[in-house]
Amino acid sequence: MRPSTEAELAEAVAGASGPLLVRGGGTRMLGLALGEVLETGGLSGVSLYEPAALTLVVGAGTPLAEVEALLAGERQRLAFEPPDLRGLLGRDGVSTLGGVVAANASGSRRVQAGACRDALIGVRFVDGTGQVVKNGGRVMKNVTGYDLVKLMAGSRGVLCVMTEVSFKLQALPEAEATLIVEGLGDEDGLSALRQALGSPFDISGAARYSGRSLIRVEGMAGSVSYRARRLRDLVGGEVAVVEGVASAALWREVRDVTPFAGRAGDVWRIATLPTVAAEVVAQVEGEAIWDWGGGLIWLLCEPGRGPDLAAVLAGRGHATFVRGEGGPIFPPEAPEVVALVAGLKAQFDPRGILNRGMMG
Amino acid sequence: MDMPLPNAGVIARKDRIVARLRAALPGDAVISAPEALRVYECDALSAYRCPPLAAVLPRTTEEVSAVLRTCWEEGVPVVPRGSGTSLTGGAMPTADAVILGLARMSRVLETDVENRFIRVEAGRTNLSVSGAVEELGFFYAPDPSSQLACAIGGNIAMNSGGAHCLKYGVTTNNLLGVRLVQMDGTVVTLGGPWGEPSGLDLLGVVCGSEGQLGVVTEAWLRILPKPEGARPALVGFTSNEVAGACVADIIRAGILPVAIEFMDRPCIRATEAFAKAGYPDCEALLIIEVEGAEAEIDEQLARIRAIAMAHDPVEFREAANAAEAGRIWLGRKSAFGAMGQLGDYMCLDGTIPVSALSFVLKRIGEMSRDFGLDVGNVFHAGDGNMHPLILYNANKPGDLERCEAFGAEILKLCVEVGGCLTGEHGVGIEKRDLMSVQFTPADLEAQMRVKDVFDPKWLLNPAKVFPLGSSAERRAE
Repeated sequence: MRPSTEAELAEAVAGASGPLLVRGGGTRMLGLALGEVLETGGLSGVSLYEPAALTLVVGAGTPLAEVEALLAGERQRLAFEPPDLRGLLGRDGVSTLGGVVAANASGSRRVQAGACRDALIGVRFVDGTGQVVKNGGRVMKNVTGYDLVKLMAGSRGVLCVMTEVSFKLQALPEAEATLIVEGLGDEDGLSALRQALGSPFDISGAARYSGRSLIRVEGMAGSVSYRARRLRDLVGGEVAVVEGVASAALWREVRDVTPFAGRAGDVWRIATLPTVAAEVVAQVEGEAIWDWGGGLIWLLCEPGRGPDLAAVLAGRGHATFVRGEGGPIFPPEAPEVVALVAGLKAQFDPRGILNRGMMG
Repeated sequence: MDMPLPNAGVIARKDRIVARLRAALPGDAVISAPEALRVYECDALSAYRCPPLAAVLPRTTEEVSAVLRTCWEEGVPVVPRGSGTSLTGGAMPTADAVILGLARMSRVLETDVENRFIRVEAGRTNLSVSGAVEELGFFYAPDPSSQLACAIGGNIAMNSGGAHCLKYGVTTNNLLGVRLVQMDGTVVTLGGPWGEPSGLDLLGVVCGSEGQLGVVTEAWLRILPKPEGARPALVGFTSNEVAGACVADIIRAGILPVAIEFMDRPCIRATEAFAKAGYPDCEALLIIEVEGAEAEIDEQLARIRAIAMAHDPVEFREAANAAEAGRIWLGRKSAFGAMGQLGDYMCLDGTIPVSALSFVLKRIGEMSRDFGLDVGNVFHAGDGNMHPLILYNANKPGDLERCEAFGAEILKLCVEVGGCLTGEHGVGIEKRDLMSVQFTPADLEAQMRVKDVFDPKWLLNPAKVFPLGSSAERRAE
């Protein structure tokens, strides 16, 4: 099914006789839900774009690429730089904004500008009974009633089908620069990232892979060169600085986990404390891309390392099995959380038809 | 303001309930004497008062759990209270409710600069969170005006903002995790210092739920390195429209100041008479603050000056030193106090799209004449969060009602132009019955279903947020 209006979608959900597999473009879906496919791609289009208010409202099925091009035309962007995981996951298809929201897909700038859920200011959705609901709106500050916007961000279609999403935007910076720090081991290389993030220099990216640590600053040209200079003094070591498109290309690789695309092995996505990021990878023995100053680890490893990973993390974060035999698997939750999640699913989707089985 | 009739059965069982609470807590943690309970009869929305059945001041999460479990078993409503600074009655009790105060839970539990977080008990005041990390060169970003007094637990309940959230976001954007005690006493951890949810973002819906889903006892908060410096500029304009256009142009130019504050003429006049900050006598003024190193500040303010000059300002004043910066902020920071000198006032909190600014200010001016009540506007212009202050005389019969009617019309206007009823103060009891202006019954139903999951008996802060008619059946169960 591919409804082209919210009303059609609501009718389709209300009239569904069995489970529905809800998806946007299917480019970043993690999970094994079965059922009749319900695509949101028909709910496409910009309903409001006000550059001077940094506000965008689009249909959930609107392609990400279209939105990015539209915003770039006004020198604006989605601050959370959503990853394109098609290469990593071996998918085709057209990523949609609804899918981005359903996965709370957030790239390197999260350390500075927040995640997708932080930029999301409004949703319209259809719950599992076919009821249309709105929450939030188009303004940046809004505490009117419960924040279902945050609840729906990252809900992977298990509570509702999103039909419209609203974002707070960011202006494109005039300049960007990336410090490339070489010659450091993982412990020291990650320590340099933490040092940068603890500095007043407003870091918009802190990542490490292939033996190099990357630190990004963005803003007005004078300010970028000033901060790059100060950071160079701060972190020491062998530092090269790249700017503009060369810098942007590096961050696209980090964001999209490009170094792991097309390579054999299991892929895990780990959220943890930056200070244990080196230790986790060393103990599990794999290849890592660290982002968010070490708070996010993309790990490529031999099959079967899940139990080791859980033991090493020991409650200091959580790991999602993203790619590999027997996956994907979301992190286990504490029993009290499981009970709340089950309660919410029962309220929003009493028949349990939306992406059944997804997210554990 | 309607409040539901208190449960007479609960009130009749007061002795037994207090005895059970005393058995569960240390002796000094339960307050039941009527004169001692007066302290808890209202919050900063002081027009509405009601002494609670009892008040408890637990010291630990376990004690909070014991209180809630006891009240759950006894069917007693509980109203959580941080420091009682809510402007919307979020901590106002009913006669059958137990106030659960967090004042004795104010410790810092963990400070981790390398991982950039702090873990505190929820009764800790907002400003003292920043205070705990200041010497390390860090701060906690959300800065509500009441930050000297207000508690982190209350900030989380209301998803509080502040003047600097244009750049740093509001509470929800700086909150990493909580320990939450549910009404039946269950303790649950949501989120954690890594910030990334492991599944559904339950933390996201708890933040801003006005104490209706659980009682937060501990929180992991993001701390940020302090910028090298900050500097405000003050710009005076000949009309609200021009000031509004200048705000739009600054944002459109891709500049992100940490704050853009707006004051209109009535507010400027009142402030000058009160605080003598040396503001120009003009129709509207903006205070724009930028951050960074000296050279970065110069670069940003030069851009802002160029944009402002195109709007032919009455004055553009850049702070040359800390003393001048202090004077620029002095007027803004004393604005509420200054308006208070003119009479009683009601402070609204609607948010509008920035593009609707001048239209809305014009309409508020017209309504002010229709209602015969003066209004001053001082607000966070960068994100459209307005704070109209309506002046009235509490001793004049009918004035409060007229003021409330005027306020309701302003909030309806905010919704009409695409905004919302409240940007940072919350709904509480104050805007409860206006919720149906912004939301359909289905929208409200979806929110209430979340409460059904966390608090099936509807005992936590039950008469707030939702129109009484909408929540009646649930509260009666």
